[in-house]
Amino acid sequence: MNFVVPDFYPATAEIFLAAMTLVVMLITAFARRVARNLSYALAQTTLLVAAFITLFTLDIGVDHTFGGMFVRDLLGGVMKLVVYVAVMVALVYGRGYLAARKLDRPEFFLLTLLATLGMMVMITANHLLVLYIGLEMMSLSLYALVAFNRDDARSTEAGMKYFVLGALASGLLLYGMSMVYGATGSLELPAVANAVFQHSANRAVLLFGLVFLVGGISFKLGVVPFHMWVPDVYQGAPTAVTLIVASAPKLAGLALALRLLVGGMYGLAFHWQTMLMLVAAASIVLGNLAALVQHDIRRMLAYSGISHMGFMLLGLLSGVAGGNADLAAGAYSSALFYGIAYALMTLAAFGMVTLLSGAGFDAGNIEDFKGLNRRSPWFALMMLFVMFSMAGIPFFVGFFAKLVVLQSAIAAGHLWIAILAVVMSVIGAYYYLRVVKLMYFDEPENTAPIVAGGELRVLLSVNALAIAALGLMPGALLDLCLQALRTSALAG
Amino acid sequence: MAFTTFIFYVLAVVLVFSALRVVTARNPVHAVLFLVLAFFNAGGIWLLLSAEFLAVTLVMVYVGAVMVLFLFVVMMLDIDFARLREGFWKYLPVGAFVGLLLAVEMGLVLGGKYFGLAAMPAPAPTAADFSNTREIGRVLYTEYAWPFELASLVLLVAMIAAVSLTLRKRRTDKWVRPETQVAVRHEARIELVKMAAEKEVEPEPEAAADDAAKA
Repeated sequence: MNFVVPDFYPATAEIFLAAMTLVVMLITAFARRVARNLSYALAQTTLLVAAFITLFTLDIGVDHTFGGMFVRDLLGGVMKLVVYVAVMVALVYGRGYLAARKLDRPEFFLLTLLATLGMMVMITANHLLVLYIGLEMMSLSLYALVAFNRDDARSTEAGMKYFVLGALASGLLLYGMSMVYGATGSLELPAVANAVFQHSANRAVLLFGLVFLVGGISFKLGVVPFHMWVPDVYQGAPTAVTLIVASAPKLAGLALALRLLVGGMYGLAFHWQTMLMLVAAASIVLGNLAALVQHDIRRMLAYSGISHMGFMLLGLLSGVAGGNADLAAGAYSSALFYGIAYALMTLAAFGMVTLLSGAGFDAGNIEDFKGLNRRSPWFALMMLFVMFSMAGIPFFVGFFAKLVVLQSAIAAGHLWIAILAVVMSVIGAYYYLRVVKLMYFDEPENTAPIVAGGELRVLLSVNALAIAALGLMPGALLDLCLQALRTSALAG
Repeated sequence: MAFTTFIFYVLAVVLVFSALRVVTARNPVHAVLFLVLAFFNAGGIWLLLSAEFLAVTLVMVYVGAVMVLFLFVVMMLDIDFARLREGFWKYLPVGAFVGLLLAVEMGLVLGGKYFGLAAMPAPAPTAADFSNTREIGRVLYTEYAWPFELASLVLLVAMIAAVSLTLRKRRTDKWVRPETQVAVRHEARIELVKMAAEKEVEPEPEAAADDAAKA
């Protein structure tokens, strides 16, 4: 048996992050007084360096390593970069919030780093086992983070709910994977795709497994009918954790769907597209309608997130129609663009919640935004950008995200679902505009000036301005998404 | 019916029975002991599949270490199990109905035909000196090195999460850090303060003014 030592170069960023997590753990164990600030600084530095490593190893080619279990392509690189940025931004936004509640213990940053590593592993996985391990690494870290404020009953309850339902979803996914393995005899995604394509695998067993795969993916994305955990977790978790849970893992979920469904089950596209169509339509309807009646802004954003994920799936399910490869790349890139835009918007929205929260006070209620224009005209304007973008009002990035997804849905012939999506987002615009109305036309109940760190103020402004800027110039990012999918390992 | 098939059915029946008893036993200690039995029988089935290493590991790790620890936890923790299983019998009919329905549906879809010997032929018997411990070790540290290392990090996540969610410092503990005790200097042990032996107390001017007003 000849064993060739694998090429570590494509996985440099993952190996660096894993090693640095251990280093940070050791350093902070011995640094008593400065452990909190030091672990924060080290976590941010690690993410920044990992981002540079990913940036330098970025190119158009496709590399496999670790016996074909790891794949490095432009798609993975772009997604990883967005994940780093989202986690770094979430840590900056959440820092003041955590410090005010004495939650900024080193474990918080260690778990965040490990969750990031799990997402990276999912993004670059080319093997069912690796995909599953990455998913578990991310999910387990997130369960612990949600319950991190263990003295708060709502936080632990949210963590428990997330854990029990998440474990069930992981079980479903694993069961589906075992069926796929039973039918195709391989855990490697290209080999699975090949067996599916050549009809050498048993159809009934594959379809049976596929149902479970779609169920597991739907849970991780938080779409109907697997959405029950989303509002409770977003509301119950410390807002700094909600920032992390709501942004980067959605992209990792998209990577899971792309690698598993597009990469592995492309031959069964007709079937999973139909399943996803039902899921997406139900999510868009339920998310928008339920968000109308929420009083807590975190619950409102959770339901809006459900509908946004439905939109993202709309891009994913418009891929295969008439065997046009160009159409497929366009549809998947529209889903990727939607995912990136949603991560930006949700970070800014929850960033605003942390901005308004003080020590011992969570600005959870929508009423807390009343008269924000009087208290801080600048941040009222920033929140206006975010809400307009989420509602899909031109010309913000959310508008273009919806536009490209709808374009690909119509190109694939799903006219009715596109009309349904437009009608529902018009209804949904009400709850975003209600926040704007409260900010500009109502008297403030709380006239205290906003206390927040300088870095939070600057980065939040940059984030909201980026939403506006990307809405004016979406071309570069759209091209990048398209390029990433055309050159990805999925295209082959 | 071959002898191994007979053994398989014995092991399988005991396994299913003990797994059911794990969730239905009223006494938690009995439930844990039934779980031990279930693991033991699963180990036996793996042995029939000639996965000797995994079978031995299952018995050693799960029965030997994990379950004994579990037994201690069940015995030491003061959990009100009667309250935990409150509603168990109330929800049992619905749960059993849904579970049975799912199992029957899944059975109808899959049946035995896709995983029978015709669809998946039995692998060729291995040579007498074939060591599956060696084979597992060979792929685990070479081809599967990436997931293997990642799995160790998942265990690290579990460790950090468990410690950060449960470890708390008690206010009442009398634990002293030895290094601070050793590093103490004599100035810190005792402080000499110089003060006058007597101190004259001046009458408060406000009180005096009050008295004057009353007078």
